[in-house]
Amino acid sequence: MKNLWFHLMPYKDLPDDFRETHPSVWVDIDSRLLDGARVHEHYHEYLDELEYAGEVGFDGVCCNEHHQNGYGLMPSPNLIAAALTRRTNAPMICVMGNSLALYNPPTRVAEEFAMLDCMSGGRLIAGFPVGTPMDTVFAYGQNPSKLRDRYLEAHDIVMKAWTTPETFSFNGRYNQLRYVNVWPRPVQRPHPPIWIPGGGSIETWQWCAEMDYVYCYLSYFGYKAGEATMKGFWEEMRRLGKDRNPYRAGFLQFVGVAETREEAYRLYKEPAEYFYGRCLHVDPRFASPPGYQSEATIRARVQSQVAQAAAQARAAAAAGASARTWDDIVDAGYVIIGSPDEVAEKLREVCVNLNVGHLMLLLQFGNMEHDLVRYNTKLYAERVLPQLRDLFDDQYEDRWWPKPLQQRAVPRAVA
Amino acid sequence: MNSVKSSSVVVAGHPCRVLQAGTGAPVVFFAGVGGLPKWSPFLDALSGTHRVIAPSLPGFPGAVDFRHLDDYHEWVVAALELLEAIGEPSIDLLASSVTGPLAAEVAGLARERVRRLVLVAPFGMYDDVDPTTDIWAQRPGPDVLPALLCDNPEHWKQLWEMPAGEDPVEWGIYLTRAMEAAARYLFPMGNTGIAKRLYRIHQPTLLVNGANDRVIPASYQQRFATRLGGPVVMQTVAAAGHLVDFDQPAELARQINAFLVDQRY
Repeated sequence: MKNLWFHLMPYKDLPDDFRETHPSVWVDIDSRLLDGARVHEHYHEYLDELEYAGEVGFDGVCCNEHHQNGYGLMPSPNLIAAALTRRTNAPMICVMGNSLALYNPPTRVAEEFAMLDCMSGGRLIAGFPVGTPMDTVFAYGQNPSKLRDRYLEAHDIVMKAWTTPETFSFNGRYNQLRYVNVWPRPVQRPHPPIWIPGGGSIETWQWCAEMDYVYCYLSYFGYKAGEATMKGFWEEMRRLGKDRNPYRAGFLQFVGVAETREEAYRLYKEPAEYFYGRCLHVDPRFASPPGYQSEATIRARVQSQVAQAAAQARAAAAAGASARTWDDIVDAGYVIIGSPDEVAEKLREVCVNLNVGHLMLLLQFGNMEHDLVRYNTKLYAERVLPQLRDLFDDQYEDRWWPKPLQQRAVPRAVA
Repeated sequence: MNSVKSSSVVVAGHPCRVLQAGTGAPVVFFAGVGGLPKWSPFLDALSGTHRVIAPSLPGFPGAVDFRHLDDYHEWVVAALELLEAIGEPSIDLLASSVTGPLAAEVAGLARERVRRLVLVAPFGMYDDVDPTTDIWAQRPGPDVLPALLCDNPEHWKQLWEMPAGEDPVEWGIYLTRAMEAAARYLFPMGNTGIAKRLYRIHQPTLLVNGANDRVIPASYQQRFATRLGGPVVMQTVAAAGHLVDFDQPAELARQINAFLVDQRY
């Protein structure tokens, strides 16, 4: 099993009364809340944390893309990944990911990911989310009726750009490019592994199965809410005749480890309440633009078991979205807390039940202080991770893991 | 109520419903946000003086297929082809809200086919200083759109009341689809560039807005008026929101009829 360390890079100074005085953390969040000096501190602290995770033995480190968002300071995840290529050498670098329809032309993604793969020596995992409505439709003005089609066409351009040796022209519905010939090309051939973060749409499951990509459920509401979605995913895989290789899947889980459960309860309360209280305070007017969800998905949600599984997941999440106190957060399973053995046992159970071979962990969340992040990360790496590493390895091959160069460059000392 | 005939025409291979009633000079009506879930009191009032023809634009209730239309230009062509398929050589063209710019473009391009133009709270422009409301960024809930679009939300609810025996999922999709169709050619801000082409409209044009329109600012009526190439009449209807035909059907029909028969133009 793979353990990856995921950073959202939240802004840690949203005011205590943020929910009452601001309508949304996303899209039209008040820019006057930002202090550039604090953002400078955040970026370096967060890069330190990602590098540290690589040092202490996590298999991969992850960054992601959000726009105009108080809980995500990475409108360009590629900039973060580029920084990581220099000061890490061991962990895979998972960019989760480039929201394809937002890059004009899409060859920009092919180029930047190729750069990252080369800079990292073949350690890139290429994530291609469709993107949330907030990011794509409202922050970036993408037409909700055309978003998914644009995304699929952009995907085709990127994949063709990586795998076609000759210069080629692309005469598409949304993109017309006469001379496509990206330089450089990825080190990994034919291309880096492709992971697709999704939120439960049936089209995404079917597409991942068809394309043989990893489906990653990046829910903030933990394993209880995630169970219905992952059940639906595996049911769809079964229907499509795919094997139950757990490495077809990824799942995000918040975790807070300490020597005892009581200690974990005390340590992680404030950052969790910050995240669930302030970071997820999104104005619902941005949640559902017409066309973002296909008619097929709307219909299927009331017509099939698979869809019902997804509907249950959403209902659980929606109901649980009101869980903002620490007790409710823990009870609902948003954050798994406990001693190392308790956490390991729980995560093992979660990964087996959800059949997930790529576990993405949020060990920094909300306004968690740097020392606590290091403590959580170190304790997890030393006492939890070893108990999980062997899971699935005797049964399944991870066909979706990078194949880096054996010999990789090490940055020279500056002086 | 005049008896309403329902037929279908084909536009670029896709069927579009056409509702028709009344006798007299033909008027074609393009409905506003959400389209026409059923024959409406406004159309009924207007059919007392005219032969009213209400075709469904692609994606609006009565015409399922619309995702073959990729950009604003293709939508304008579809609107023109809809008129051609209806087959009347000369009509008065009325349009509300989101279909306003399509009607205006067609009036400018097919001058021989469109005798007079009526635009009711048309989309098509955007001003940073006096912005339109974002109809696609609204909180979920059964009362939100009615309160946004109508002065009296009950008028919306009456027209959108689900008929007996209808599948509630499909009924909901009619509205979602119509919102998506409008977004497909208007998103994000409804700025279609029509301001640059209004000069082409030489036909007499009636501009109507509702006094309580919460979507299109009142100032936009003058922006349209100053750019039109022919005679312009401007009216405001009291106790009406964005969808004037929903809120004040009889009054709107009266004003439109008065304009269409006015011999001064």
